[in-house]
Amino acid sequence: MNRELKRVSIVVMLMFAALLGSTSVVQVFQSDNLAADDRNTRTLLDSYSVERGAILAGGEPIAQSMPVDDNYKFQRTYSNGLLYAPVTGFIPVNGAPTGLEQALNGELSGTSNAQFFDQVSSLVTGQDPKGASVETSIDPVAQQAAWDALGDNTGSVVVTEPKTGRVLAMVSKPSYDPNTLAVHDSAAVNDTYDALVNAPGNPLINRAINSLNPPGSVFKLVVVAAALESGQFTPESTFPNPATYTLPNSSSVVINSGGGTCGSGDTVTIATALRLSCNIPMAELGLQLGDDAIRTMAEKFGFNSEFTIPLSVTASEYPEDPDDAQTALSAFGQTSVRATPLQMALVSATIANGGIEMQPNLVDEIMAPDLSSLQTFEPVAADRVLSAETAATMTQMMINGVQDGAASNARIDGVDVAGKTGTAENGADDPYTLWFTGFAPASDPQYAITVLIEDGGGLGQTGYGNLLAAPIAKQVLEAVLNK
Amino acid sequence: MPRQSKPSTDARDAAPQTGKIRRLHLPQKLRNLELFLLIIACGINLGAVVLVQLGALGRIDTTLVLLGASLSGLVFGMHIVLRFVAREADPFILPIATLLNGTGIAMIYRIDIANEEAGWASAAVRQTVWSGLAIACAIAVILIIRNHRVLFRYTYVAGFVGVLLLLLPLVPGLGREVSGARVWIGFGSFATFQPGEIAKIALAVFFAGYLVRNRDSLSMVGKKFLGMRFPRLRDLGPILVVWALSMSVIIFQRDLGTALLYFGLFLVMLYLATGRLSWVLLGMALFLGGALIASQTLEYVNGRFTNWLDALNPAVYDADGGSYQLVQGLFGLAKGGLIGTGLGQGRPELTPVPQSDYIIASLGEELGLAGIFAILALYLLLVARGFRIGFAGQDDFGKLLGVGLSFVIALQCFIVIGGVTRVIPLTGLTTPFLAAGGSSLVANWIIVALLLRLSDTVRNQPRLVV
Repeated sequence: MNRELKRVSIVVMLMFAALLGSTSVVQVFQSDNLAADDRNTRTLLDSYSVERGAILAGGEPIAQSMPVDDNYKFQRTYSNGLLYAPVTGFIPVNGAPTGLEQALNGELSGTSNAQFFDQVSSLVTGQDPKGASVETSIDPVAQQAAWDALGDNTGSVVVTEPKTGRVLAMVSKPSYDPNTLAVHDSAAVNDTYDALVNAPGNPLINRAINSLNPPGSVFKLVVVAAALESGQFTPESTFPNPATYTLPNSSSVVINSGGGTCGSGDTVTIATALRLSCNIPMAELGLQLGDDAIRTMAEKFGFNSEFTIPLSVTASEYPEDPDDAQTALSAFGQTSVRATPLQMALVSATIANGGIEMQPNLVDEIMAPDLSSLQTFEPVAADRVLSAETAATMTQMMINGVQDGAASNARIDGVDVAGKTGTAENGADDPYTLWFTGFAPASDPQYAITVLIEDGGGLGQTGYGNLLAAPIAKQVLEAVLNK
Repeated sequence: MPRQSKPSTDARDAAPQTGKIRRLHLPQKLRNLELFLLIIACGINLGAVVLVQLGALGRIDTTLVLLGASLSGLVFGMHIVLRFVAREADPFILPIATLLNGTGIAMIYRIDIANEEAGWASAAVRQTVWSGLAIACAIAVILIIRNHRVLFRYTYVAGFVGVLLLLLPLVPGLGREVSGARVWIGFGSFATFQPGEIAKIALAVFFAGYLVRNRDSLSMVGKKFLGMRFPRLRDLGPILVVWALSMSVIIFQRDLGTALLYFGLFLVMLYLATGRLSWVLLGMALFLGGALIASQTLEYVNGRFTNWLDALNPAVYDADGGSYQLVQGLFGLAKGGLIGTGLGQGRPELTPVPQSDYIIASLGEELGLAGIFAILALYLLLVARGFRIGFAGQDDFGKLLGVGLSFVIALQCFIVIGGVTRVIPLTGLTTPFLAAGGSSLVANWIIVALLLRLSDTVRNQPRLVV
């Protein structure tokens, strides 16, 4: 019988080996996948049961976790939620977080690799783990000024620091109150969420980084920069100055805004065309440059690629293979050119910073619960996009545009403001998209600002950048310069 | 008998005269080892309950500690009984059973806390009381059955009782259906006892006795085919009867796990008795064939297979009777990872029935892979001690019974834990000693008592051949 017994013993060993194997697979090899499964309520509850770190702006919490007596242990509360919603995002009890709550979830919930030793020590000491706090680069004064100035418009204001890339203000309207999506009641969260998804103006979209609009004339900055960098053109290069211009291989006709020629004279310089924001000379310049030169410059500024700040920024677009007519249209930011406000802010900030693009960044520092610094974000130069000379020339042209051109409503007494407006068409009968991008003071740039107004600012096709967007930029710049 | 064995025969003859005095003077090495291990096991059990309280309550509550302490007292009582009536019994079996039982109580208690249940509503309190009852039964068994060969006399009675117990839940008015399986009996509105748990002991006794009596006709005759001797048609009777019994359990009681357990037990004991692999192949073919037909015709069997193969599919997950529970258990295990969340720190209550069918997932969540390995090692050790009886035993009945009873524990672990971790389709069986449930505890503690009795006999028998 012992021979059979040995064989049965082997069978029993194999059965237990199978169990050792299967538990190892589930608990070790598949555990990350299973934890990431969106049906796994444990993962979700865990992210609540830690005291999530705060999100700070100017040292004051704009999102923090307050202890409460329910399953989730902590209630996430957002102070001044409408104002800071594009920055913080929200973390619902039954879905994925957004904004910084999502982008820095690991740090905020204390599960990032940098906090590994804290996790181990809290395991040993038995203390509840805590998440790290995030100090944003947001300047509450700039944020509030941008919010106030934008008024009831659908749109966005982005203010950055040209020398560092820090994002000082990021406003998107219409906004929503993240507190209503952080309540510990799944049904209520779903109702609120559905209502917001269907609300006019789509409040859940962060227009500063995730909304693509035709940039219109603000894109001329990119085209002129490409022209100057090519070495073939100077600000004084001239182009024919007709009142109408028929696109190549097409019957479509381009006119300057307001009709007529671009200033007086048979020819017009690039400097004048940019100052007065004329379309026809730009179309001619665009065709001479070619789409490759424009695309190369646009991509140097950051078009056609996604990046993170650490929020994910939608890639702005310059078309891959436009024909001549489309190239001509793209030279003044029409056809299929699309840009986010942050991307246009980068263009201005790069010109302001002598042609060196600083990586845009929303976060200054991540701090452990004991306030020691886990990670600081030093300014990082992404690339030299323009020569210092080109940047200086562009700056001067933009100053002229504000002092004596199409962006005159951004003028501030005693301060040199450099700027460019844009009024973009969306479709034959659709309201315009209005833009302003620029920086101040021009001699020593502290602030770069971009204003986007969608939906024509309520004026349909009668509003234009200088009428609606430039005054908003002026108001914000005044507020931050005088603070 | 060869001459060389003469001295040992003399020693046996001499034993009755000197035995009494020798026992008084010889230190009980095995029992002392058992005592030492029992103290450690009880210490771990107490520590587990205290850790659960600290982890889940943040304070120490004395009621369950006291209950646990009285249970430890009962275990030590059993140890003392062994010192008198089974002094050569295996020293590992009792501490292992104690440790598993205590770990189970700690985890059930932890889930009670999560569900905010106390007093008689608390499954942990009931489990503790059941454990006391089960240990009392075990003490009774070891006191009453002084020689396991008594059981050989009652082979057919045991078989009759086993089948009766199995079929009891089908009696109208007595049987109760719990979560789809009709394996309970109860009085009034109580569903209190799973007679099938006790039946496995009765059936093991029956199989052992029957096979020892009939092994010759089952193994010697028959035609050789493909290098194996296949049984005659008329000898197929017993295996067909057990097969039919298993199938009726699948069909009428809707309990795949129990059927698999009994049939597996029978096959292994049949193989041990006859040494014929052909029996095993025949049996497996019969069972697989039956299970295959069942999976095609019986909806609940089919569902079990779908849940097993395609658990993470959202459609299967959301289906009524789908893989929700299975996947929740996997989430819990995954959450535990290598070292677990710590007792009282996880969320085992998120899995349905975390204290019975899914107790292993609950333990895996809070004790981690390390804890699961420790528990599996304990089971394996327990089974190995049982198999020792088979290797060292003198009489075939005792050998078969010892191996059968330990194999039933091994197979039950495999069916339950394998079901939870997706080695095989999930079927409802209790995890021996750990899971909440009185009948399972009583049955397993009786198995412990029988294994102790058998191991004592093995060591007390003089060895004719060493």
